[in-house]
Amino acid sequence: MGKLNGKTAVVTGASRGIGRAIALQLAAEGANVVVNYSGSEQKAAEVVEEIQNLGVQAVAVQANISEAESVQQLMNAALEQFGSIDILVNNAGITRDNLLMRMKEEEWDDVMNTNLKGVFLCTKAVTRQMMKQRAGRIINISSIVGVMGNAGQANYVAAKAGVIGLTKTSAKELASRNILVNAIAPGFITTEMTDALTEDLKNAMLAQIPLAKLGQPEDIAKAVVFLASDDANYITGQTIHIDGGMYM
Amino acid sequence: MATVIERVTKVVVDRLGVDESEVKAEASFREDLGADSLDVVELVMELEDEFDMEISDEDAEKIATVGDAISYIEGKIS
Ligand SMILES: NC(=O)c1ccc[n+]([C@@H]2O[C@H](COP(=O)([O-])OP(=O)(O)OC[C@H]3O[C@@H](n4cnc5c(N)ncnc54)[C@H](OP(=O)(O)O)[C@@H]3O)[C@@H](O)[C@H]2O)c1
Repeated sequence: MGKLNGKTAVVTGASRGIGRAIALQLAAEGANVVVNYSGSEQKAAEVVEEIQNLGVQAVAVQANISEAESVQQLMNAALEQFGSIDILVNNAGITRDNLLMRMKEEEWDDVMNTNLKGVFLCTKAVTRQMMKQRAGRIINISSIVGVMGNAGQANYVAAKAGVIGLTKTSAKELASRNILVNAIAPGFITTEMTDALTEDLKNAMLAQIPLAKLGQPEDIAKAVVFLASDDANYITGQTIHIDGGMYM
Repeated sequence: MATVIERVTKVVVDRLGVDESEVKAEASFREDLGADSLDVVELVMELEDEFDMEISDEDAEKIATVGDAISYIEGKIS
């Protein structure tokens, strides 16, 4: 018996990286999963197949989370397919790194629109259904840099800090309807993004991590399962730091 | 077939747990019927379902009393 049998989860940006691991882990606990993606149709289809092999249902739905209409279509598709939305994981995110002095307005806007506005739009779009259900879990993926700051990532850091504020406010607004909203702030997690770093940069990073290793996408995914499950019935508005002790 | 007034009254009674006698046209959801702002949002959602219509956020903000809701809905379905 899984912890999430019969639940429906929507995971944004589930075609790759951390989102993919989250989708698979939720499915392993019995949830049916809507695998959202932006461009990676093939990869999303592979995730769906992997989930179906676990004996639960999944569908891939293309949507750009920075556009309200697209988000509405995503949630409508989820409802049509599964009849409820019990869990929303706001995971999709992008980076457009640059020094503050060199950062283009477009780079700022792109990151804000996907990483912060996208979370707002998806949250808004599921609350109607979750209010009716008198139950729901929303889990937002922030980042350690949203708490610590990071040179070269003004746009990303501002968006990720914004996600933590949005998490607290949604938690307060929706608590009376039994909708619990929490954030996870990952540290350095092994994905295509971190694979691309040079050996020197990696070593410099490791020196700052008490556990002296990078995290795995599964480390994040397991915390998402916890926050989505009945084990977390009394937790809302929190940010869980999963970073090998880098931020204390 | 129940009238608009009867159907609105039923939704209000069910959602806010108030007595039918309190649901008068001039009654304000927030001041007279004990609704908080989230209750009003939910009430509008249920009216949308009951009458199978969409009420835009701008219109919803103008619905403060039972009478507002009734005249808005009557205006839309007639
Ligand atoms: N990796 C880390 O070390 C780390 C650390 C802290 C926080 N995070 C956060 O964790 C989350 C996942 O990161 P990741 O490393 O797994 O990223 P990733 O491998 O680059 O994957 C990003 C995912 O987001 C999707 N996406 C991007 N823009 C989208 C949009 N506008 N609409 C819908 N989907 C969109 C992508 O879809 P397509 O494949 O279709 O493009 C992809 O599935 C992000 O929010 C990131 O900021 C990551």
